[in-house]
Amino acid sequence: MSGRFDRRGFLKTGAAAAGGLLVGFYLPEGSKLSAQAPSNAKLNAFVRVGADDSVTLTIHRAELGQGSMTSLSMLLAEELECDWSRIRTEFAKVDPANYGVFGSPVLQGVFGSLSIRSSWDPLRKAGATAREMLVGAAAQQWGVDRSQCRAGNNAVINTGSNARLSYGSLAEAAAKMAPPAKIALKDAQAFRIIGTSPKRLDTRLKVTGKAEYGIDVRVPGMQFAVLERCPVFGGKVASFDAGKTKSVPGVKNVVQISNGVAVIADNTWSAMEGRRALKVKWDEGALANTSSATIHNMFADLLTKPGAVALNTGNVETAMPGAAKKLEALYEAPYLSHAPMEPHSCVVEVRADRCEIWAGTQIPSASRDAAEMITGLPKDKIDVHTYYLGGSFGRPGQHVDEAIEIAKAAGVPIKLTWSREDDMQHDIYRPASLTKFTAGLDADGWPVAWTARVASPSFSGLQNGVDRNGVDGISSVVYNVPNFRVEYHPPEAGIPVGYWRSVGCSQNTFFAESFIDEMAAAAGKDPVEFRRHLLAKQPRLLGVLNLVAEKAGWGTPLPAGRFRGVAVVNNLGGFNAQIVEVSVGKGTDNKPKYRVHRVVCAVDCGQVVNPAGVVQQIQGGIVFGLSALKSGITLDKGRVQQGNFHQYEVLRIDEMPVIEVHLVPSHEAPAGIGEASTPPIGPAVANALFAATGKRIRSLPIRPEQLV
Amino acid sequence: MAAVRFTLNGKPQMVDAVSQMPLLWVLRDTLGMTGTKFGCGMSLCGACTVHLNGEAIRSCITPISSVAGKNVTTIEGLSGDGSHPVQRAWLEGDVPQCGYCQSGQIMAAAALLAKNKQPTDADIDEVMRGNICRCGTYQDIRHAIHRAVELQGGAR
Repeated sequence: MSGRFDRRGFLKTGAAAAGGLLVGFYLPEGSKLSAQAPSNAKLNAFVRVGADDSVTLTIHRAELGQGSMTSLSMLLAEELECDWSRIRTEFAKVDPANYGVFGSPVLQGVFGSLSIRSSWDPLRKAGATAREMLVGAAAQQWGVDRSQCRAGNNAVINTGSNARLSYGSLAEAAAKMAPPAKIALKDAQAFRIIGTSPKRLDTRLKVTGKAEYGIDVRVPGMQFAVLERCPVFGGKVASFDAGKTKSVPGVKNVVQISNGVAVIADNTWSAMEGRRALKVKWDEGALANTSSATIHNMFADLLTKPGAVALNTGNVETAMPGAAKKLEALYEAPYLSHAPMEPHSCVVEVRADRCEIWAGTQIPSASRDAAEMITGLPKDKIDVHTYYLGGSFGRPGQHVDEAIEIAKAAGVPIKLTWSREDDMQHDIYRPASLTKFTAGLDADGWPVAWTARVASPSFSGLQNGVDRNGVDGISSVVYNVPNFRVEYHPPEAGIPVGYWRSVGCSQNTFFAESFIDEMAAAAGKDPVEFRRHLLAKQPRLLGVLNLVAEKAGWGTPLPAGRFRGVAVVNNLGGFNAQIVEVSVGKGTDNKPKYRVHRVVCAVDCGQVVNPAGVVQQIQGGIVFGLSALKSGITLDKGRVQQGNFHQYEVLRIDEMPVIEVHLVPSHEAPAGIGEASTPPIGPAVANALFAATGKRIRSLPIRPEQLV
Repeated sequence: MAAVRFTLNGKPQMVDAVSQMPLLWVLRDTLGMTGTKFGCGMSLCGACTVHLNGEAIRSCITPISSVAGKNVTTIEGLSGDGSHPVQRAWLEGDVPQCGYCQSGQIMAAAALLAKNKQPTDADIDEVMRGNICRCGTYQDIRHAIHRAVELQGGAR
């Protein structure tokens, strides 16, 4: 390998090889600590206290931008009564027994906006347990009853004598105390940290280029790999000729794995150049003639037949014929790529007796499971070191599986890096959907019946023929419609599909919130008034709707050429209402163009742990949803037609609206907030475009020529 | 392979590389300076932005041969300690979410402010539209650039 080792990378590996010393910890802004790892007394799986008075918190949910490192630390610190400036954090190893999702013994990761909602009680309890052990150790040392001791500011205070023992001085003794059997958690009124917005713990590293992502890892002896995959999903290598590849400067090796042919070199660029010289004959398989048109036709054909029943309230068959007015509409949404800024990359070393993985991945337990299967090594011989993720948005860690295979075949540590084109053309996509709605309104214009028939590929299992993630956002609609039937078809289109920020709601809320707007228009009613009437028994959703209408000035005059649209959603307990302002005009190319000027968003997500963090997530979710109006993944001859950001456009700063976020004060249990704001932005924009032009957008992405 | 000499973050640097090898990969893979990020490889996203003789460039499409004799500044060299006004403004505003694009955003903003001491929103759009952020931090980036103008002024 040319060049020199990064010293930090070398030390990291050395430490890991020496037997699991603390690696990769992070110091917060303004920390009073040195960067040297102190000896630590472990109080439980989340809290260690050092003799130097440091408090090391274990972060068991990957940090992919959503701020979990900071907000999970807040939950622990609230009850631990530690000094925020003395906190350091480290990412957890794979240990589902301690860090599993909702108590799962096998699954450790982050998805479904669960960092906070799955940690709210467990992490506060972990903090409180550690605190009580420190208090117990102090009481023992002083020979007083523990009721005479209280914890505060990284120390235990003897309320009788005003004596003070620092956490650091108590750590060793506290680690030997039995954890208390019962723990009382603070009332919300007593929170000192929860509900505040401390600085993010990761900002300094991220503005100085020092934060380490999976793509940044370097280990001694590492070589750089890229992988040529079949451009058609499900295709296989028939044969390949690496003759020219091997003469590309820097190329070291070419190996075939189950998913393609890997080129290994002494830097990423040489590996990419080597791949360009590679000649592979593919057995393209069953999808070689699949296109977006054949997929659309497959979905449309299914919609002519009844589907599995996902929801059946009242009796639409008897209610629909009596309706005074009937509506019918067909909505369509494309496959979407996650397109996070960090292309997939990780480092893997496979030895005879050990496998080490250095990666950013949402679900590290799945990477360990994959390594177990591919290498045959037992779980305790496999280490997964977690790094920052450069975004993710629901993207799974299939790059790790590939890298394990390549490293095993190559016999040296391998960094596999996906190109942007690899990332866009071999993703596991948000499924496309074609959905037919009908509705019946009574003589006063209120809906008496609503039917939905959904055709959208399944990825999370069928129960009675229904993938809940295929219909979520329609079957979860809470408008007071007495007769409501939702049917579902899972087309077998062969395109890999899976989770994508806000999952089923990402397309279904677009459909449902657009169609409810169609009903309001057909009834001649104001879109906000129409929703208010139908949400009369939904206090929290009605609450955010009323708040957003007030803050956005719904009904008040707008500058000439501006129009408003509204949409609401309940996503994973995050109640969210948005009102947007748009205008429609012509771009410099004289083609129609719309612009979103302002987004006002009201959020009720229960107890807010970190208000600044929630606002960031709401802003980010809105931008993500605006990007989804601009692009889609299309197929021709089984190949994805988009490869990079010129073909898959995303929102840029010059299109950024002003976003105003209003949080509803609440002490309800915290909801997930990482995905809540993505679903309503699309329909709010489309409803505003309808107000502006009279044109109803029923197919995404929005093609501005639809607006004239 | 050819020896290329240039100045990297104020210090002389020599690398042996294929002349067409992009500066991005020389920085990241040959020199182990991973603060500069790979995002698209086609000058479409701005994640790889560095300064070449003070101008913001995309290192992913810049052959190493073309930097010979020139000054390259990366995020690691913008300031030793995060004290550049743009970095200070980013810290104050807690701008990054995932943070992956932020080296490029900061380098682009720093180059903008070096030329234009008081950019308007339109000036910011013109330059910063080359830098994609998928986490959606654009509003915070805009505020931070305006704040950096104040911090930069205060430092003079």
